[in-house]
Amino acid sequence: MSRIILINLIRFVMLVLLQVFLLKNITLYNLSTPYLYILFIVLLPFETPNLVLFVLSFILGLTIDAFYDTPGLHAAACTLLAFVRVLFISITVQKDGFDNEPEPTLSIMGFRWFFTYALILTLFHHFFLFNLEVFKFTEIGYTLSRFLLSSVFTVFLMLLSGLLFFKKKERK
Amino acid sequence: MRNLLIFITKYNAFFLFLIFEISSLLIYVKYNSFQKATFINSTNQVTGNLYAKVNEFKGYLSLKDVNDRLAKENAQLRNQLRSSKYVDTVAKHSITDTIYKQQYTYIEAQVISNSINKRNNYLTISRGSHDGLVKGMGVINGQGVVGKVMFVGEHMAVVQSLLHKDTRFSAMLANSKEIGYLQWSEDLNPRKGLLGEVSNNAQPKIGEMVVTSDLSLFPAGIPLGKVSKLTTKGGGFFLNMEVALAVDFSKLEYVYVVVNKFALEQTKLEAQEIKPDE
Repeated sequence: MSRIILINLIRFVMLVLLQVFLLKNITLYNLSTPYLYILFIVLLPFETPNLVLFVLSFILGLTIDAFYDTPGLHAAACTLLAFVRVLFISITVQKDGFDNEPEPTLSIMGFRWFFTYALILTLFHHFFLFNLEVFKFTEIGYTLSRFLLSSVFTVFLMLLSGLLFFKKKERK
Repeated sequence: MRNLLIFITKYNAFFLFLIFEISSLLIYVKYNSFQKATFINSTNQVTGNLYAKVNEFKGYLSLKDVNDRLAKENAQLRNQLRSSKYVDTVAKHSITDTIYKQQYTYIEAQVISNSINKRNNYLTISRGSHDGLVKGMGVINGQGVVGKVMFVGEHMAVVQSLLHKDTRFSAMLANSKEIGYLQWSEDLNPRKGLLGEVSNNAQPKIGEMVVTSDLSLFPAGIPLGKVSKLTTKGGGFFLNMEVALAVDFSKLEYVYVVVNKFALEQTKLEAQEIKPDE
């Protein structure tokens, strides 16, 4: 248990630092900006109580907001992300399988499931984030293309990090 | 009552979602519309110091660029010195001039965090209320206009960059003195701005300088950019044109905060004007 908390704490700090000091400066053609920090919420263990999940998402969002000078923006998007995560997992994963599959990582859940999971969560988060940030109907076309291309970039980075930390399945 | 509790626990995810979503949206709306000082921004202890530390390392990478630019600016300023000008009148007076009173002073500051790739961009600079900064002051650098001060911490301040959807500066065409306003273009290109609401009588040319007008919070004549394209969509009764921005926002290292000594007087006067008679 303490190991899980420690791992997630390290993951939180690393992802925030990576997002704020590296990815914040990266844009492709003024269109595609990755928001990899949501990987923290994506990878929380299945058994995380809902209250903890929402509190953590809210704190993660506010931390990013503090660095980005946009209080509430990322917090709102992350809370939505947490809610979508709860729905997605309750639909696709059987409750009794939790003992063998503690975390929704690429190596444990397989490529197909993880890809769908990451894609849907990222799409919801980015759609909400970009539209809330711009909040102007006249720019909708441009916002949508930014949202789509950024989602592609983020999901790509998520899969990449999943492969980077790929562990062979442990048999118990 | 019991049923209600069961209902709430069964769908706890939804209610938790509602609570957190509403609270974060409240924070977002409050911060944006009232611009209250909060601790959730890059002037607070933790974020500000982290940015400053990382910036210290990054500073070494761009030393050469910064030196070049400073040398260029020095040369430009030296050209304006009285001693470097040839006086072609015979009668020389030494006058202690009382006509000129200093209206603008400049505070130099280091940029410790910057972004150019969002719809609304902010800079964090290394000066705060301790150094005399006040909300609403203009920020420039050697190349041109950068933005305006938005939040002031004790030792740091957040600057709303020109690359922000709410930033609009009063501007004019340098040759014809026709006044309009400048804002960032909608396609998020950090090198492009839009000059709008210029009167139809103006005859702008491609390459003409766009500078700050007398109505802005900057001294008049600070470069904003050059006209790069004469037609854009929309406009109606006015002329709109595209402007290549003067400042390279991706390489900001040092900026100057413009202190207008008459700003207080001006705002006081203007506040009086708006008050309705009773």
